[in-house]
Amino acid sequence: MNEQSSIAVNADSEPVAFNAALAEPTNVLIVGVGGQGVILVSKVLASLAQAHGYEVKQSEVHGMAKRGGTVFSHVRFGPRVWSPTIAKGEADVLIALEWAEGLRWLPHLKRDTGVFICDTKRIVPPFACLSRRPGAPMRYSTETAEQVAAYVSEAYAIDATKMAEELGNERAANVVLLGALSTVLEFALPEWEKTVTAFVPKKTIAVNSAAFELGRNWIAEAKSGPATADAVPAPVPAHAPYQPRLEITDAWCKSCEICVKLCPERCLTLNADRIATLVAPEKCTGCRLCEWLCPDFAIRVHLDPEAPAMEAAQ
Amino acid sequence: MHTPWQAATALNTDVKELRPLTGNEAIARAAWEAGVRVAAAYPGTPSTEVLENLATYPAEDLHAQWSTNEKVALDVAMGASFAGSRALCAMKHVGLNVAADAFMTATYIGVNGGLVLIVCDDPGIHSSQNEQDSRIYGQLASIPVLEPSDAQEAYDFTKLAFEISEQFDTPVIVRSTTRLSHTRSTVSVGLRCEVPPRVFLERPSKNVMIPAHARGRHLFVLEREARLKDYLGTAEVSRIEKGQTSFGVVTAGTCYPYVREVLPDATVLKLAASWPLPEPLLREFCASVDQVFVVEELEPIIEKEIASLGIKVEGKRLFPRAGEFSPEVVRAGFVKAGLLPAPPSYNAWVPEPVVRPPVLCAGCPHTSSFMAVRASGARVAGDIGCYTLAVLDPLRGIDTCVAMGSSIGNAIGMAKAGETKPVVATIGDSTFLHAGLPALIDAVYNQANIAVMLLDNHITAMTGGQEHPGTGKTLRGEPAPQVDYEALIKACGVKWVKKVDSYDLAATHQALREAIAYRGVAVLISNRPCVLDPIKIKGPPLEVITSQCTACQSCMNLGCPALTWSDEWFEGRHRVKIDPALCIGCTLCAQVCTIDCIKIASPAVTQ
Ligand code: SF4
Ligand code: SF4
Ligand code: SF4
Ligand code: SF4
Repeated sequence: MNEQSSIAVNADSEPVAFNAALAEPTNVLIVGVGGQGVILVSKVLASLAQAHGYEVKQSEVHGMAKRGGTVFSHVRFGPRVWSPTIAKGEADVLIALEWAEGLRWLPHLKRDTGVFICDTKRIVPPFACLSRRPGAPMRYSTETAEQVAAYVSEAYAIDATKMAEELGNERAANVVLLGALSTVLEFALPEWEKTVTAFVPKKTIAVNSAAFELGRNWIAEAKSGPATADAVPAPVPAHAPYQPRLEITDAWCKSCEICVKLCPERCLTLNADRIATLVAPEKCTGCRLCEWLCPDFAIRVHLDPEAPAMEAAQ
Repeated sequence: MHTPWQAATALNTDVKELRPLTGNEAIARAAWEAGVRVAAAYPGTPSTEVLENLATYPAEDLHAQWSTNEKVALDVAMGASFAGSRALCAMKHVGLNVAADAFMTATYIGVNGGLVLIVCDDPGIHSSQNEQDSRIYGQLASIPVLEPSDAQEAYDFTKLAFEISEQFDTPVIVRSTTRLSHTRSTVSVGLRCEVPPRVFLERPSKNVMIPAHARGRHLFVLEREARLKDYLGTAEVSRIEKGQTSFGVVTAGTCYPYVREVLPDATVLKLAASWPLPEPLLREFCASVDQVFVVEELEPIIEKEIASLGIKVEGKRLFPRAGEFSPEVVRAGFVKAGLLPAPPSYNAWVPEPVVRPPVLCAGCPHTSSFMAVRASGARVAGDIGCYTLAVLDPLRGIDTCVAMGSSIGNAIGMAKAGETKPVVATIGDSTFLHAGLPALIDAVYNQANIAVMLLDNHITAMTGGQEHPGTGKTLRGEPAPQVDYEALIKACGVKWVKKVDSYDLAATHQALREAIAYRGVAVLISNRPCVLDPIKIKGPPLEVITSQCTACQSCMNLGCPALTWSDEWFEGRHRVKIDPALCIGCTLCAQVCTIDCIKIASPAVTQ
């Protein structure tokens, strides 16, 4: 009981951006990665809107998305709602539980009045680390919070996951974001409180109430100060770029196939004479495993400096 | 006139309670209220939640079960209908292919107790292997296909389906789509009505489909279709919404709200059923407007029917035949037709999206199985399940994937056709019981030289962790007899059967090599539960001793989502780190690390 009432009422808890009594439905897009709790956020919002007598449509994508893929849920409410989905450029609020997902859906936000609330949590998919050549960049968003802030009318990059972690439950990050959302939509605070409590597991009510309050207060503070947390990845450390080159001494290769089997890039094979050969030099990372593992010292890996080429490429 | 439609709605006039329900939840609620006594399905996105929700209603009210495949589920439902009870079976679109054999005869037999098929299509292919339009099956079988457009209609039409089924002696399809099945909107619900049980009717000429009987029933089916056309043309469920008359739109199902969103003032004929189509109603509507458009997802079924009446109609020239519709797609079509202005275009800043396909979970037992499969150098026939994801980088371990249970049959064919590489089929436990077993018997019988890897993760994982005959539990979570795979496979005549723990990478590699070396059919059971279901497995997380990591990237080949690049480098390559929140401690990365620098994290790190 007392956990519930511990959700603080902010001095400036006035409803801000939207008035859902207008004829046009309010469109909220909630996005993230499988397993982050996107559906909980949308259920809380849908339930609140329905309790206020609005027509609500909530459309989600799941299935394979459970396996770490991208997940999104559209919530539309208003006096009359037809389509269950939100068109590009039509979302009033975009709530993102993961940084790159927030950026992916950014074009769905209304350009002039849209509010962007995004966790700075970065979930880097295995695909981002596919090119392992020396100096290869990670294929993950490089856009900064400042760039986003310049693009939409209101942008909040909030480190919700860290806040939730500090409360002792990383999984409450979605409720931190709900707290942030509560400053943008017009529902009364006690209604938010009641609905959030009804949807989270009983054991976690205290943590989630605290998480909600943190999110709410954070936005209030951000409104009076700089509105972004630092979402910029650490700068890439300097390294010496090079071009790997294999020197294979045919006469020493005993066709044991160890290097072929263990090369992580699968770029070696035994040729017609059953001698180890590099078949995909563009894939070789110069990791030296073949050199280390060859029992007959038949392979040597050279790392030739490649500075001129790198400079030319830049 | 007391139409079935009125009867169905009259059921819940006394009680009205508003609830937010998804399409699938609404269907389940309606089926329960309609007095369904038996419901069966095989899980498949987007249809899975129909049965999962039916199982939340009291067991005294109805028997709900997972069946081994959709044909069995339909046969079970037909059995209940024969016996006089209302019955339901649910499936995804490709499931109807599996059930098609029974389905095409069910239409001749008709029903005793009402029989409703819930078929959920997947336009846009969110999680399926194709995009077929199930309405064509309705046309093929000459049975009604009701197409609800939101959760309220999913509820209403499901109830109506039982009424139509019994009144017209026909199975009825309620066709949903991913969008409807997974969209939540408000539904006014009522109470369960107890339908007085009927008894088995001994009518061999109707219940036993020998040629002499079937000939007569085919005529009945055709005559029934004519009666259904009349009924669907006059029942209030199809409605004309009058607007300006320069053009009119014929639509049904989930396209209807898109049309309304985009053209709030248009004249619309909203059909409740997309098969069979009522000719007089179509003629009347088309005559009332200057130009006719049909907006329907996937195939041009309504469009062709209208065109066949000699009426000029526009449809697939403007709206695509592939992919899911949305208000944008519908708007684009009407822009192309010159009826709507083109939306203003502006220069949007579009950040380059991060490629994020679904991946196997951290610690998924399939990861190591496919490490071994890939290392074996075999030609691999894959199947339907989470493990289909192993086709992508970095595992890249699957060469083919067709349909549920196809892997073993495909492998037999490849081996018989003289494939030079060793041939391996990979198949999950649930999929094996669904359709793999007959193929395995075929492999033994025809003495194919293949190795089958049975990926037994003790659950139907891809659809969210449903029980099956190998898990020892029923849909309602009650204990059930459990399949003994080794005994079963031996009984099929397989001489080489072995079980291995896929978390033991060396043993898995070794066992697979033996299986491949064996001449004949060898079955290797990879025995490791899924890390998500039935219990979420979470062991102590592992940690990379970064200072030692030589950035060889061996571990990155697992594609484990907990493994990622750190900000440190070694000789220009990224060193690796492990996200302790995601890692479940399976130790696979430690097993492949070339210099043994991955260890169980010290407690200080886990904190
Ligand atoms: S150095 Fe050797 S083992 Fe490493 S990627 Fe190149 S060929 Fe493969
Ligand atoms: S759900 Fe289970 S079987 Fe599927 S990817 Fe995750 S761990 Fe593997
Ligand atoms: S032990 Fe390694 S492979 Fe297994 S889940 Fe953890 S990081 Fe992934
Ligand atoms: S396998 Fe070991 S050494 Fe190689 S990148 Fe992974 S952690 Fe580093």
